[in-house]
Amino acid sequence: MDIRVQEAPFDLGQEANAFAARQSGMGAVVTFTGIVRDVAEGLDVMEIEHYPGMTERALTKIAEEAHARWSLGDVLILHRFGRLRADDLIMMVATASRHRADAFQAAEFLMDYLKSRAPFWKKEHGRDGADWVAARDEDEAALGRW
Amino acid sequence: MDVLYFAWVRERIGTPKDKVDTQAATVRDLVEELRAREERYEAAFADLSALRVAVDQELADFDAPLAGVREVAFFPPMTGG
Repeated sequence: MDIRVQEAPFDLGQEANAFAARQSGMGAVVTFTGIVRDVAEGLDVMEIEHYPGMTERALTKIAEEAHARWSLGDVLILHRFGRLRADDLIMMVATASRHRADAFQAAEFLMDYLKSRAPFWKKEHGRDGADWVAARDEDEAALGRW
Repeated sequence: MDVLYFAWVRERIGTPKDKVDTQAATVRDLVEELRAREERYEAAFADLSALRVAVDQELADFDAPLAGVREVAFFPPMTGG
């Protein structure tokens, strides 16, 4: 299990390659990447705040739950904080399994939980000022399927 | 006990952290004590349905007991990913 919370950018290709390379006997690797979107067209900075200590604990717990539910080789969760701009990579997850179904489902599960159970908050700074991004009901509802 | 605030809760209260000496039995009791402090606390805690709480870095309910607890954090619903 590889859990990283960092301010620095990451190289998606390098992380995906390194993750795949350290698996053994796994037939499938699934990766998901979250990217900053300029929804209102005028985004200057996307500020991501987190709760040091709890963030790592929460992500570890979510990854452990994924391991308990699916047959997985390994799980990677990498999430950035600090000041990001449109098109910057915010985060990624990677999962490995013998057959693809486990890796696909586990990656979706990780994302659903990470959205509303890991202590991150986003604030958009744009032309018209700054505002905290509100949690979406759909994100909370998505947990119901697991 | 350390009381931490994040995102707009932190901004509304104007500090990321308070050291609180309290006998509050539950999170809800602690909230009532904080609300009584000053207008900015009252404003931050006006609508508890808009807030989430963590007790010693685990998500908890407002009815969670505080005996032996070292850290309580208040924040809006999380928006990771």
